[in-house]
Amino acid sequence: MSEATLEGKHLHLWRGERHVLRGVNFTVAAGQCLQLTGPNGSGKTSLLRTICGLSYPEAGSVHWRGEDIRQDLPAFHAQMTYLGHEPPLKMELTARENLKYWIGVRRRSSDREMAQALEQVGGDRWADRPVHTLSAGQKRRVALAGLLLSAVSLWLLDEPTTNLDVDGQRQVGTLIAEHLASGGLAVVAVHHALQMSPQGLHTLELGNG
Amino acid sequence: MAEASAWAALRSAAGSQGPAVPSIGSVARLMLERDLRLAFRKASQLVQPMAFFVIVTTLFPLAVTPNLVQLRRIAPGVIWAAALLSSLLALEFLFRDDAHDGTLEQFALSGRSLTGLLLAKTVAHWLLTGLPLALMAPIAGAALGVPEAAMPGILATVAIGTVTLSLIGAVGAALTMGLRRSGALLSLLTLPLVIPVLIFGARATQLAIRSEAYRGPLLLLAALAVLAITLAPLAVTAAVRINLE
Repeated sequence: MSEATLEGKHLHLWRGERHVLRGVNFTVAAGQCLQLTGPNGSGKTSLLRTICGLSYPEAGSVHWRGEDIRQDLPAFHAQMTYLGHEPPLKMELTARENLKYWIGVRRRSSDREMAQALEQVGGDRWADRPVHTLSAGQKRRVALAGLLLSAVSLWLLDEPTTNLDVDGQRQVGTLIAEHLASGGLAVVAVHHALQMSPQGLHTLELGNG
Repeated sequence: MAEASAWAALRSAAGSQGPAVPSIGSVARLMLERDLRLAFRKASQLVQPMAFFVIVTTLFPLAVTPNLVQLRRIAPGVIWAAALLSSLLALEFLFRDDAHDGTLEQFALSGRSLTGLLLAKTVAHWLLTGLPLALMAPIAGAALGVPEAAMPGILATVAIGTVTLSLIGAVGAALTMGLRRSGALLSLLTLPLVIPVLIFGARATQLAIRSEAYRGPLLLLAALAVLAITLAPLAVTAAVRINLE
């Protein structure tokens, strides 16, 4: 397997009548984080969904480890995790059950790992409460625990700090920094700049679509 | 930093596709467990189609005639029309919640076979709607004056027929999952495709009630189920992918 790099080449995406992505190019190497900025509707989410293969670009391609992701999507997906606007949680299940079923599809994780991930996001106290009783910020923390548990190299995050308190926002910065330090990659769509050291942090400004 | 390196170690183990990747069988089991657990936490969704089936079938003796000979004649039609409508009622919930909260998106991005995951969901749906319908059909039959000897036949036809209903219904549910009020469109899409099930199912039930050989239409029902198991999962996957884009 070649070096972990993610590349977007000349990506063009249309959403109905709107030309959302106009020839977007980027490269992210191991240990780097690409921060996507731009006003609402500038295509941050569209770009993330194109990178993970949910949306088909009209032109251009996404390359992972030097190969077009369309060659082997399942293999690419096994090495990435995408967190959208809303945490992908079931309201009727507890935080722990949610993680069990969500991550259990991807990999086998032990109870100890789950406890560790929940503790790291500060969720060990309310992990056994049904998710509909949790606050929006707590739900976001459960999603972050899932991100850690999925144990993948590439993180694709859409507004990961939404609904989080100041402490939580700093924590997201720390999680990403630790992920990069251990050779991981991240592409993060943000409204407010990430609270982390600028080392390895790049910014891609998307224009008005 | 000690914690960070722990996750990095996990990642390299996962990256080599080692023993951490669960088998297809255990994933399917996990999906079944999840859907059953969810269904029992939202019991109203589970009970509604069953209640509908029981109410409709037991209203006939009151509304039409208490004469058992006449009731016995209309029993197959009543049981099957009610089973068809109540399974349609349950279909709306099959993918809608999972589409809304992003669960299906995570399935599609899990690196596992989306077809397999969706098939497991459909199986769970049959266990929660088709199987209870089959178990309740003899009760409805009793209210319609069906002789006891015909009960195993009715149970078998409804059990096999609902397999096809769940699978064909899943295609319709997947196509309409993005719509807010999908009920009418879903019925319109699904009903024409499940008419053969209604015809053969009612015929087999009729023969069973007359204590004649019902194997012929029952085998045709089984053939329809096999056809649906073979083709429907592919259509469901394609429909879900289109809706996720």
